[in-house]
Amino acid sequence: MRNRTVKAAVVVMAGALALAACGTNKTESGGGGSASCDTSKGTLTIGVIAPLTGNLSALGLGIQHSAELAVAEANDKCTVKGYKLTVDPEDDQATPQVGAQAATKLSSDSNVVGVVGTLNSSVAQTVQPILSGKKVPQISPANTNPSLTKGTDLSNPKRQFPSYFRVCTTDNYQGPDAADYLVKKAGKKKIAIIQDGKTYGAGLAAAFSERATTDGATIVDKEQVGEKDTDFSGVLTKVKAAAPDAIYYGGEYPVAGPLSKQAQGLGLNVPVMGGDGIFDPKFIDLGGKEGDLATSVGAPTESLDTAKDFVKAYAAKGYKDPYAAYGAFSYDAANAIIASLATTLGDSGTWADGQRDKLISNIGSYKGNGATGAVAFDQYGDSTNKVLTVYQVTGKEWKAVQTGPFEG
Amino acid sequence: MEVAVGTLLQQIANGLIFGGLIAMVALGYTMVYGIIQLINFAHGEVFMTGAFGGLFTYTYILPAAAQQIWYVALPAMLVGGMITSLVIALLMERFAYRPLRNAPRLAPLITALGVSVLLQEVVRIWYPGATSAIPFPSLLDSVPLHLGPITLKPSGLLMLVVSLVLTVVLQTYVSRSRMGRAMRATAQDPDTARLMGINPDRVIVLTFAIGAVLAGVGGVLYGSYINAVDNLIGFQNGLFAFAAAVLGGIGSIRGAVIGAFIIGLIKNLADIYLPGGTAYDYVWIFILLIAVLVFRPQGLFGEAERVRA
Repeated sequence: MRNRTVKAAVVVMAGALALAACGTNKTESGGGGSASCDTSKGTLTIGVIAPLTGNLSALGLGIQHSAELAVAEANDKCTVKGYKLTVDPEDDQATPQVGAQAATKLSSDSNVVGVVGTLNSSVAQTVQPILSGKKVPQISPANTNPSLTKGTDLSNPKRQFPSYFRVCTTDNYQGPDAADYLVKKAGKKKIAIIQDGKTYGAGLAAAFSERATTDGATIVDKEQVGEKDTDFSGVLTKVKAAAPDAIYYGGEYPVAGPLSKQAQGLGLNVPVMGGDGIFDPKFIDLGGKEGDLATSVGAPTESLDTAKDFVKAYAAKGYKDPYAAYGAFSYDAANAIIASLATTLGDSGTWADGQRDKLISNIGSYKGNGATGAVAFDQYGDSTNKVLTVYQVTGKEWKAVQTGPFEG
Repeated sequence: MEVAVGTLLQQIANGLIFGGLIAMVALGYTMVYGIIQLINFAHGEVFMTGAFGGLFTYTYILPAAAQQIWYVALPAMLVGGMITSLVIALLMERFAYRPLRNAPRLAPLITALGVSVLLQEVVRIWYPGATSAIPFPSLLDSVPLHLGPITLKPSGLLMLVVSLVLTVVLQTYVSRSRMGRAMRATAQDPDTARLMGINPDRVIVLTFAIGAVLAGVGGVLYGSYINAVDNLIGFQNGLFAFAAAVLGGIGSIRGAVIGAFIIGLIKNLADIYLPGGTAYDYVWIFILLIAVLVFRPQGLFGEAERVRA
């Protein structure tokens, strides 16, 4: 009897483990590579670190496929002479600790020439030093927390990691841009702020709060919610008591969508505004209501001439998931790595660890015309492109209402 | 001042609704523990699969015309949720717990954790998009209800009413019916109960089944109240339900429900009146739980010492 029961327990546990393992298996994917290119020197890898499962997977999968697209195109064009490029997508589950494992794995592979990622600023914080230690260049399509490049003391900025770059603009501009729009253009004077306590959400909310106060608005309430919370009736009742005429949310769409809907359910009919973390169609599916607002980095992908080719090529590849909010940025980030790698190796160079310094400095001076516009980096590794767009939910869709470079 | 009273009443209403939800899950915990002294950690996942069963019914079974008619769609979803939870719980009882009936107490506990992970992963892999919040149809909530200073979502009110009604029905069933008497007898001493002509296996299956049906109803009502579900909702809500059952005295039906409402009220009142606000509301719940366990280890309504514990 004892034997049987133990066996049964083992079978169940083994089943659970096997299934858990299945979830993390993934197929390495990358460029097809046309037969006409010379790939005699082997394969080089571009790593992707993004949330491929979990709450934010819609954003993460868009990042992965867009990087794959860039690599496939480079293989077709024989951009890097003598090598075939592949993509190694690693799931960070939007968690710093899991991201650190992914970074360790990628940085211990000498064929990894660069990493596109991460999505979350909080994950970037743990990933940066690991990749930097092995001199693996990293370009983030989506990190918007200013401290990642300039350190915590923004009045006295200091570059944190020479190997870290990003192609999107930061919350330094995004939070204030939202404040300017909400206070000056939309005329909201009493604003409640809710944030999720993570690096991204808290940073964005702080930048927003400062600027909104300068612009003449009153912050009537400040609240923090848990990332895994689902019932926000308590916090919203408190917010309602403060009678705001708008809510600014620092965080991401899985919370923001239900939050907006639950606010309406409590009779709190004011617009919810957030940053690029809520700028996703899923925000609307999950309850984002008409009139809700979001800022996002760059100009609307569909509206830029430079983006049209990207959108067309992405559609032609038939990826299962849409390119989402950061696809175009991820494509540009991968292209910056690929082009700098081609420059570093030249027509006959051979990849070795000794080339990493040269590759990093080539990325630093990279200039290109990407899907999101001009791509270049300043002395901190930040994008020189400060274009931001304000979007509003209109007829169940995000519609751009204002685009332009942020002028502080 | 009037505003403040309105806010207090609103928070109490929110707390009762949340308590009603937790109660429906806590009942399953407390009943299974009462009968076989098993802390069924996978019960939160039974709740979660119920929510997905309801969503599946809505998305893939109901014809498009019926999706908009709430009095057709909601009952269909409830039935779908109950059936899913029931099937999952019965399979779980038969294949994960029954083989371990006479094993040391730790073995079924570990199995329960394994089943919990298994169910999370099964839903994650097989239900499209379940890793991320998926929208759940909110059929009742086109117009909020205004009761004086309180604004309620109709789905929240429904959740509260359903949980109270089901609790009363369950309490009556267990204390009055023949099968309820058999349950109490099995809880007290399964071997003697067997001598009295009771089939403990049937009683245990029935207990799992009742708990599962309640959890399935809870899952669907939760989905329509929150408007979003994912494959991890069972974990967090299951944790609260477990805390509620322990707080009330695990094994006691009345205790589980009262424990659930206490937790709901504390969570929502802490949001406003305690230091730290919403960021610390769970801290207060678990401080209370610890305090109760220190001074009254059997829980608020538990028996001081069980004959067979």
